[in-house]
Amino acid sequence: MEEALVNWSRAQFALTAMYHWIFVPLTLGLSFIIAFMETIYVRTGDAEWKRITKFWMTLFGINFAIGVATGIILEFEFGTNWSNYSWFVGDIFGAPLAIEGILAFFMESTFIAVMFFGWNKVSKKFHLLSTWLVAVGANLSALWILVANAWMQNPVGTRFNPDTARNEMTNFWDVLFSPVAINKFLHTVQSGFVLASVFVIGISAWYLMKKREERLAKRSMLVAGIFGLVMSVLLIVSGDMSARLMAKYQPVKFAAMENLYEGQTNAPLVAVGLLRSSPDQEEHKKEDFILKIEIPNFLSYMAFLDANAYVPGIKDLIHGNPERGIISTAEKIEKGKIAVAALKSYKDARKAGDTAAADSSLALVNAHYSYFGYGFLQDEHEAIPPIQLTFYSFRIMVGLGFLFVLLFATTLYLLRKKKMHGQKWFGLTAICMIPLAYLATQMGWIVAEVGRQPWVIQDLMPTRAAVSQINTSAVQLTFVLFAITFTILLIAEIRIMVKQIHKGPKEGGTK
Amino acid sequence: MFENLSHLTLQHYWWAIISLLGALLVFLLFVQGGQTLIYRLGKTDTERTLIVNILGRKWEFTFTTLVTFGGAFFAAFPLFYSTSFGGAYWVWMIILFAFILQAVSYEFRTKPGNFLGKKTFEVFLFVNGLVGTIFLGTAVGTFFTGSQFSVNDMNFSQWETATHGLEAVLNVQNLALGLALFFLSRTLATLFIIQNVRHTEVIIRARRQLLQDALPFLVFFLTFTAMLLLKQGFAVNPETGEVFMQPYKYFRNMAEMPVVGILFLLGVVLVLLGIFRTAFCFEKCSDKGIWGAGIGTVLTVFALFLTAGYNHTAYYPSTFDLQDSLTIQNSSSSHYTLTAMSYVSLLVPFILAYIFYAWRAITLKKIDQEELEEEGHVY
Repeated sequence: MEEALVNWSRAQFALTAMYHWIFVPLTLGLSFIIAFMETIYVRTGDAEWKRITKFWMTLFGINFAIGVATGIILEFEFGTNWSNYSWFVGDIFGAPLAIEGILAFFMESTFIAVMFFGWNKVSKKFHLLSTWLVAVGANLSALWILVANAWMQNPVGTRFNPDTARNEMTNFWDVLFSPVAINKFLHTVQSGFVLASVFVIGISAWYLMKKREERLAKRSMLVAGIFGLVMSVLLIVSGDMSARLMAKYQPVKFAAMENLYEGQTNAPLVAVGLLRSSPDQEEHKKEDFILKIEIPNFLSYMAFLDANAYVPGIKDLIHGNPERGIISTAEKIEKGKIAVAALKSYKDARKAGDTAAADSSLALVNAHYSYFGYGFLQDEHEAIPPIQLTFYSFRIMVGLGFLFVLLFATTLYLLRKKKMHGQKWFGLTAICMIPLAYLATQMGWIVAEVGRQPWVIQDLMPTRAAVSQINTSAVQLTFVLFAITFTILLIAEIRIMVKQIHKGPKEGGTK
Repeated sequence: MFENLSHLTLQHYWWAIISLLGALLVFLLFVQGGQTLIYRLGKTDTERTLIVNILGRKWEFTFTTLVTFGGAFFAAFPLFYSTSFGGAYWVWMIILFAFILQAVSYEFRTKPGNFLGKKTFEVFLFVNGLVGTIFLGTAVGTFFTGSQFSVNDMNFSQWETATHGLEAVLNVQNLALGLALFFLSRTLATLFIIQNVRHTEVIIRARRQLLQDALPFLVFFLTFTAMLLLKQGFAVNPETGEVFMQPYKYFRNMAEMPVVGILFLLGVVLVLLGIFRTAFCFEKCSDKGIWGAGIGTVLTVFALFLTAGYNHTAYYPSTFDLQDSLTIQNSSSSHYTLTAMSYVSLLVPFILAYIFYAWRAITLKKIDQEELEEEGHVY
């Protein structure tokens, strides 16, 4: 497979996914914040809450459309750019995507029309229900696509069918309720809730600094502050669980994320670190620390809830560590190549009608199938993901996550003490947090997706084997077109959003 | 319940669902058709905004149906998904580009701060309406005319032309279907606008426009249908799975599956009636033509999809190697996955019910200028 084709196809998918993820988290979180606000309006009958709801709804609408636009590209790129993948796992991966459309997208698109255009046409309660259903629909759609993504990181509930040469689902519930899927869903939507809360607080803080819309700003801050604080704490909990699952199911990713080269017991967590490529040429991809601040034993505890636990390093996972029962990647590659060759022999034997040869080949496939993907790797070092990118992304994400907890707590404190007025430092900080919230969520996806390279499906299919057989120049051209289109639309969106914020909510409009 | 059904029955069930989604998608493309008529029907800025708002309240349904159509194909017939999308790369990419432009255009068009200007987004809407419909129609045309691809032992597919799908546009029958879809979408849009707008000039222009689109639609549709019924089709030997060319295959399919044939004819008649009722005012002018034409469109397209996939027919034929053609049997998901998905499909009537209820709730009243002024959210 041509290396350039794989890289450009990855670049195109990453571009689409990253642009998509600029817009989606705000949709996920803001939909709930709007629903809370409208609930207060319906319960209290206070027209100001309706005005507040409508203001945030306008920003929601601007953001929503572009999220939908990038979303459709993402869905179809599974087919256009990863056609081998689409067949190899379509039996499992396609189902969540279809369910997403049937259950979630229709709910979202039906009730969003009522939410925007139904204020004067349906009853208050039906309108409120529609707003809640938009929030539920948006987050349900996240559930299904994240279930699909989680399955790629931890393929469960499946078996390989040699006759169709693909993985087939054997247990829907295992796929839906795998711990990785549940955790990925919770962690991802919570990150959206936190981002939206930061967004609302940041914009509200700007109004306060400008001494405009003070009532709207404070009320919005109260809703977003409570929602954000609860969700940011839960985000840390689900993030902690995520690390544990990664250590269990994707140990190389975990070691890369920590730049842990040599495995050890009582492993410390590097809270802050600076890396440089090792001059040691024999140990490919090795990174040395220029400086590091460690928390003793914490990595062992984080990974296995045991401060004395052994955490394998990259060297152990690549070269093997018999004492710890870890087999080398070279051995896995050998087994993988046996499985790939045996599958071909099985197919040939079936075609020739040689049942005995088919049976013996099949036995080999089954015996080595768990290493099937390794059969496509060129050498053992290919199994190591990019370390620096994964290492830094993780730390930025986690650091910012803690900062957001502080922001929400401070917001609620200042509101409660009625000290929000004149706090310029707070206003500026809250505004600066908005881009940082976007940065944090992007970093999260980089950890998840770059960190799992070279796998598109953990251990079963490397990215290189998944790609569609098209000309590299075709992908380069579409990449450039997408990059230009998405960037122009992003600029348009930001300008419209900023203008709308400057304009503020409509006066009146509260009937 | 579903687990006791045979794999073949589930494959037929899922082909019917795909066909229904395809049929609903074609109906909902009236949004796209309407986007190409903004300047034909709206002569002032206010009139154009009125038309954009009538269409804009429905764009997400079309979008969602397209996404669900793609998702359902992926889940039920993944070999089609991998072969067609990965192979006919350019056709699908062009369609996708057209749809990115649409999604943002409604929301951004009149918002302050829109540095691209109102007109740019109106051009985007026009491009989406023109390119989206013609290329979708052309892509569906290949279900009956075939494409140049191969599938290896591992079921990995390869497109065998350098143009990666663009060659489909050069086939007269594909193009006829593409153009028929384009003019049908405009016809349906005109009918929909007549039903939903309260603006005398717009209605007068729409009535005048109706036949200007309905006639070319009929010409292209009849061309496509005549070619379809008279041509050789891609038949499958049920015993051996061998694909072979059979004269009048699609005509035979309609004759051998009379329900499908009747649905097709009934659909065509309803479309014609819908157009006729609205185009010609007798005692009083009707604005309900969209009902007949809409239901007729769904029935006709549903029957066409069934004709493509049922009765031992290869629905995605390979003209490179007939034996690589896709049938609902060799391209489907496993029995287990189709069963699981079938349970989900039981929710479809419930979903259709709430869509109908919500749709009705917000379109009970015709849209006019006054309403746009009252409304908080205007495109």
